[in-house]
Amino acid sequence: MFRKTVILAATALALTMAPAFAKTLRYANQGDLKSLDPYTLNETTTNAHLGNVYEGLTKRGKDLAIQPGLAERWETPEPTRWRFYLRKGVKFQNGEDFTADDVLFSADRVRAQGSNFQTRVPKDAKFVKVDDYTVDVVLSSPNPILNSQWDTWYIMSKKWAEANNAVAPTPAAATTPSYAALNANGTGPFKIESHQAGVKTVFKPNPGWWGKPEHNLTEVIFTPINSDATRVAALLSGEVDIIEPVPLQDIQRVNASANAQVLTGPELRTIFLGFDQTRDELLESNVKGKNPFKDPRVREAFYKAIDIEAIKTRVMRGLSTPSALMIAPELFVYSKDFVRPKLDVDGAKKLLADAGYPNGFEVGMDCPNDRYVNDGAICQAAVGMLARIGVKVNLNAQPKAQFFAKVLKSGDYKTSFYLLGWTPGTFDSHNVLFDIMGCRDNPNSNRGESNLGNYCNKKLDALTDQILVETDVEKRNQMIKEAFKIGFDDYGYIPLHQQSLAWGVAKNVKVAQRADNSVLLYWITKD
Amino acid sequence: MLAFILRRIAQSVVVLLTVGLIAFALFRLVGDPINQIVSLDTPQEQRLKIRAELGLDDPVIVQFGRYLARAAHFDFGISYQFRQPVSTLIGERMPATLELSLVAALFSLVVGIPMGVYTALRRGSALSSAFMALSLAGVSLPTFLIAILLRYVFSVQLGWLPSFGRGAVVQLGFWSTGLLTPSGLKAIILPSITLGLFQMTLIMRLVRAEMLEVLRTDYIKFARARGLSDRAIHFGHALKNTLVPVITIAGLQLGSLIAFALITEYVFQWPGMGALFLGAVQNVDIPIMAAYLMLIAFIFVMVNLVVDILYAVVDPRLRAHFQTA
Repeated sequence: MFRKTVILAATALALTMAPAFAKTLRYANQGDLKSLDPYTLNETTTNAHLGNVYEGLTKRGKDLAIQPGLAERWETPEPTRWRFYLRKGVKFQNGEDFTADDVLFSADRVRAQGSNFQTRVPKDAKFVKVDDYTVDVVLSSPNPILNSQWDTWYIMSKKWAEANNAVAPTPAAATTPSYAALNANGTGPFKIESHQAGVKTVFKPNPGWWGKPEHNLTEVIFTPINSDATRVAALLSGEVDIIEPVPLQDIQRVNASANAQVLTGPELRTIFLGFDQTRDELLESNVKGKNPFKDPRVREAFYKAIDIEAIKTRVMRGLSTPSALMIAPELFVYSKDFVRPKLDVDGAKKLLADAGYPNGFEVGMDCPNDRYVNDGAICQAAVGMLARIGVKVNLNAQPKAQFFAKVLKSGDYKTSFYLLGWTPGTFDSHNVLFDIMGCRDNPNSNRGESNLGNYCNKKLDALTDQILVETDVEKRNQMIKEAFKIGFDDYGYIPLHQQSLAWGVAKNVKVAQRADNSVLLYWITKD
Repeated sequence: MLAFILRRIAQSVVVLLTVGLIAFALFRLVGDPINQIVSLDTPQEQRLKIRAELGLDDPVIVQFGRYLARAAHFDFGISYQFRQPVSTLIGERMPATLELSLVAALFSLVVGIPMGVYTALRRGSALSSAFMALSLAGVSLPTFLIAILLRYVFSVQLGWLPSFGRGAVVQLGFWSTGLLTPSGLKAIILPSITLGLFQMTLIMRLVRAEMLEVLRTDYIKFARARGLSDRAIHFGHALKNTLVPVITIAGLQLGSLIAFALITEYVFQWPGMGALFLGAVQNVDIPIMAAYLMLIAFIFVMVNLVVDILYAVVDPRLRAHFQTA
């Protein structure tokens, strides 16, 4: 009898201990986790890391659909008033309760000087505490996409920040180190056990998390590995379980190995070519006294000279999705209504001749070579394709630090023809229409600030303004479609493709791959 | 002698200042740090504000002056990327770099000297030819290629040694060491071989040349005539006399081992100062770049200063020269 009891007890003990068997996930990314302060740098890798520890009022699911997060539900009693009902019984990792005060505090902090997330919450939005678990947001004008980016506006604890002198985000010009950059106190499924910036970060599950864990990990060790070859070697030798990204040229090698494989899928970022359409004479061209890119026929000729299938098969090794739109198909329901014009070298030549350049012309091109997947090689391929219609392109491919210093507003948009990639931060078309396709002519507005070549059509701008405040979804989609059609017909840009995600994953690990390239630990299981 | 040392120190300060000024002038060409501090969709007025706060609009000489004034109080600023004091970051990373460099230097001496002696004594033997061929490869193959080869064989194929990182470390006060744990010892093998291989071949060739030279001298012939054993002649007399230039070179090269560890660190994701610096260059993190460059310049200047002083101490002829000069 006694023996039986002992055996039973031992079995019971073993059963209860079973989930506690160490499941350590080792994860390596090209990018660093630099600061733990969730308002310091708005960048995908950082946001994804911190999303394991911190949570927003909303979350995004595996398909990127908006889901309840720290807010259980919300409603818009009037177009300019949103009401958020907060989840009860949520605790921060230091044991404090989560309440409306923390939301109000975070709304101030995220808009403070030194935050890189100031646009997450409209400047003039007022946050009103109705009770401890209800918050009203009062807007000055209707905004149907108010909460579209709130999944990465992470809520911080007011008391914790005040106690640790971290009420304001640390600006880059700070002279004292920031507490919040080294310590984290979120409500999320993981907490940070140790963090050495740029070297190693250890995550542990948060036993007090309000949700039901979908992962089975007991520890996560994150190491940044910058070098492509090292990252791949670490995966192949079994020293890490997940790497992001796998360079295109190594995908086959990883798939051929016994212990790992590559997960691929289209990414949301759209890679495109743009033209300087604003200067009266291009900065880098042999055409003097006029700007050939102001003529839509020239832009159309360039478009039709680009052999997108060749770029896909040769440069991208099949891992790209050619695009006719400036936004990823996942983010706009009517994207299938747009089809790229066919490759037509003779037609392109004729268009150039009609525009007055029967022998083509010479133009400089700016391209990053360490920012997007095979960016430098895409530009080189484009140079060859444009040579076939008589255009001589002088390619200037350089590292991103120098590239962006030259082509962005801070560098006075010094480019004639360029390659860029864009993911709308809001996952909504308005962002693309406003930032990339909006006219730059009003110096008091941020419209078109990333429209490096100033493609401009006032009709599109008028639609963009209506899209911002239209709350009827179907009507809004029709207007977005109309706006994209204007840009499409103007040949304002040459969209190229969505590049592919490439995560290297050990065969005993299962992970949900989200199209925004966020590696989220709470969806990972390991056998 | 004192005047000589003071003069050398004054010269060193000038060198340091020059390095700093050149570094600050070059930072303008690395790119705009603001693009790395904020995301792409950040409005322009916010960018301008950050620029002004960081003092990036001031002339180079003003920026440099401000930097020096703060550096005089051992305040090297806050990293743009990490928002942590640069002195803390470099302090955390320095043990990794120094351990790697010292182990690499040790490896180059322990392996290089015997190989040099052997190739000098057994000229023309098959093993000597093999050593010489190996040394040629060591001199001509670039570091990153050696690293990739070693890692492919020993990590990916054989799985004996880790492919990246430093393994487990033990904290001894401010110093973190990987030399006291099994995983740390395993982790240092490939990076230190990679880093020390060039040095090793250099030392091997130097020892060989010096040995051949010494073996031809009269006192070696005389020792043979006296009937001393080969062992006593080779190691007691010949090798001893070859070691003076070897030690000089090895000492001087220690500075470059530390400075050039950055490629090895990058390839093996070794958490040292060099990897920190490369990351800083990619992200235009000026405070880290400035501090690292100044530190490396300081190390070089110090090593040279010490070597100069040692020469004076060791060689009476130089001392006499200093007194008259």
